[in-house]
Amino acid sequence: MAIGETIRNSQIWKSIFRHPMPLDRRNRIVVMLTNFFLHLHPVSIKKQGIALSFTWCMGGVTFFLFLVETVTGVLLMFYYRPTLEWAYNDILALRDVTSLGILRELHRWGAHAMVITTWLHMYRVFLTGSYKPPREFNWVIGVILLLLTLLLSFTGYLLPWDQLAIWAITVGSNMARATPFLGYEGPGQQLLTIGGIDMITDGSDARFGLLGARFVGEETLNRFYVLHCIAIPLAVALLLAIHFWRVRKDGGISGPL
Amino acid sequence: MHSNGFFLKDVAGFLGGYYAFIALMNGVAAVLLWKRKNQAGWAIVWSVFAGAMMVLASLALSGSESMVPALPSAVRTLVNKLSGPMLYTVGTMALFTALFVFRKFFVQPMVAWSILNIAMVLMGLSMADENFAAIVMKPDNVPIVGLVFLLAFFTWVATKQAVVNDERIAQGLPPMEKLDDEKVLVWPDLVYTELICMVAVSAFLLFWAIFLPAPLEEPASSVKTPNPSKAPWYFLGLQEMLVYFDPWYAGVVLPSLVVFGLMAMPYLDYNKKGNGYYSIEERKFSYLTYQFGFFVLWITLIILGTFLRGPNWNFYGPFEYWTPYKVEVLNNVDLPQMFWVNLLDRPLPRPPQGAGTLSQIGYILLREAPGLVLLGAYLLLLPPLLAVTVFRGFFAKMGFVRYMIMANLMLLMLTLPIKMLLRWTLNLKYIISIPELSLNF
Repeated sequence: MAIGETIRNSQIWKSIFRHPMPLDRRNRIVVMLTNFFLHLHPVSIKKQGIALSFTWCMGGVTFFLFLVETVTGVLLMFYYRPTLEWAYNDILALRDVTSLGILRELHRWGAHAMVITTWLHMYRVFLTGSYKPPREFNWVIGVILLLLTLLLSFTGYLLPWDQLAIWAITVGSNMARATPFLGYEGPGQQLLTIGGIDMITDGSDARFGLLGARFVGEETLNRFYVLHCIAIPLAVALLLAIHFWRVRKDGGISGPL
Repeated sequence: MHSNGFFLKDVAGFLGGYYAFIALMNGVAAVLLWKRKNQAGWAIVWSVFAGAMMVLASLALSGSESMVPALPSAVRTLVNKLSGPMLYTVGTMALFTALFVFRKFFVQPMVAWSILNIAMVLMGLSMADENFAAIVMKPDNVPIVGLVFLLAFFTWVATKQAVVNDERIAQGLPPMEKLDDEKVLVWPDLVYTELICMVAVSAFLLFWAIFLPAPLEEPASSVKTPNPSKAPWYFLGLQEMLVYFDPWYAGVVLPSLVVFGLMAMPYLDYNKKGNGYYSIEERKFSYLTYQFGFFVLWITLIILGTFLRGPNWNFYGPFEYWTPYKVEVLNNVDLPQMFWVNLLDRPLPRPPQGAGTLSQIGYILLREAPGLVLLGAYLLLLPPLLAVTVFRGFFAKMGFVRYMIMANLMLLMLTLPIKMLLRWTLNLKYIISIPELSLNF
């Protein structure tokens, strides 16, 4: 006890934690207001709002899985090289030789779990009518986050560069080829011609923009890698911040009015 | 297909543990029912059931392949014979309808528990089938099995509370969620829940990662196309829609409409009731619409696309071997063909040689007139017609713009089941087919 006491009274400890231990009611309030990680929360909350049968915890679990994906993803980035020469071999080595190759399993299963928990979170928000005023806009942000979650998973699916990966991405991205007007097999693209020259070809259509090439190849791998590791996570992080902020501003955890 | 010994040896260990788990689950349930709830009758039922599961577990672990509990092969053959896209879709639709109509019965804990047990035992018995196990145990398909059980569980949790709330509201009482207005401090009440949640999720994920290796197939080759080629599992509902629509609609327009419709939802739902608590009666229309979209048009299509679509995207029964040589008769006909050739016994309208652009367009419009008229009536006449009949109340409360958006989203969503029905009954391929513009609908 004495050592604990000494540590908690030391200058270092006090400089890190701006509050005393949350042991009494006053300090349990103070801790929520003065700690960076905790200040996302309110100080007090409706008891029924945090009942497990009511909230299912799925939004929180989704966020936690996003953090798991970030940490395991960054660690995997130290190892994996997104080139035709190395991508498959690096994943193979993660499976067969590398210590902590289990990071890939954690990352992949975490991604699947995140898709599922996002759906469940959305399902709960719908069933409790929590998208109704004043939370309409936060629901819209949630829908965008759902879309980005699926895109994160989709772009990551290509990276192992095995048969499963390229053909799943080929099948998925073939849809873009049929985009009305903007895909070279889409309805109406025939109308976009200038002086008899087609504007929309397999080298200039929506699918080309997605893949960076006419088929899933090295350009696609690079494109999806950057989207997967940088672009989409940044967008998700920004939208998550707004999503959480709006939960607070729109009246906190939902409940009957 | 007869399961071979090698396969059963591999799966027997898993099944032994699986049945033992069900036994343990029921044993715990029995103890809780007896000690906490004082329901000795049910406690005995589940103890006996747990005993039976232990017998199944020991049979599975007996080391003899012929002892592993499995569905009789006659049953498997029958299931394979009977199953098809139509029966699957109509069947799940009927199942959901029954679950919804008799929800007061199904939410009773003992009924739900019985259904869970039946589902788990059926799953175990099916796993002893080589073909079934091959699909379900594919690493990337395991999450879908989890999803099915999770969705069933959470739907039960939600419906149970909604049923209670609906009864209370009918009696003029506030919903359960309103009874407890007490506020608690976030530290410790929420912070600790979050911590426990994080530990539990981490443990679960580690367990999953240790026992199920992530899939890694052969190196990518752009010349070796696998059959079937499938998108990631969460997009397989969309891929399944390609059976009924061309990619521009199934793969681009409909998904965009889903996203748009979801975003528009809070602005279309003018119903102020049911905000912040579980309820079905107070918001039946929005509830049924969402459940129809989510369960019938999204989840069941994903399951169909993942588990029941094999080589060449043909339909395979759950216990059927995915032979690439299965041939399915494709005798689908376009609507113009049906109308001009089959019905009027005339050739399709075709422009004469050397006709000008305008006349060519005219002939195309004439050829496609039946489809264009039908679609036009569906999208342009139906909304106002509904506004003065079934949706009269909606129209009055929503106003013109919101009503039109709602009605059109609704009708576009229904194009999928309608097209399915037309395909199954009339072998209809396209309602409108203008290859000149790559526009088929």
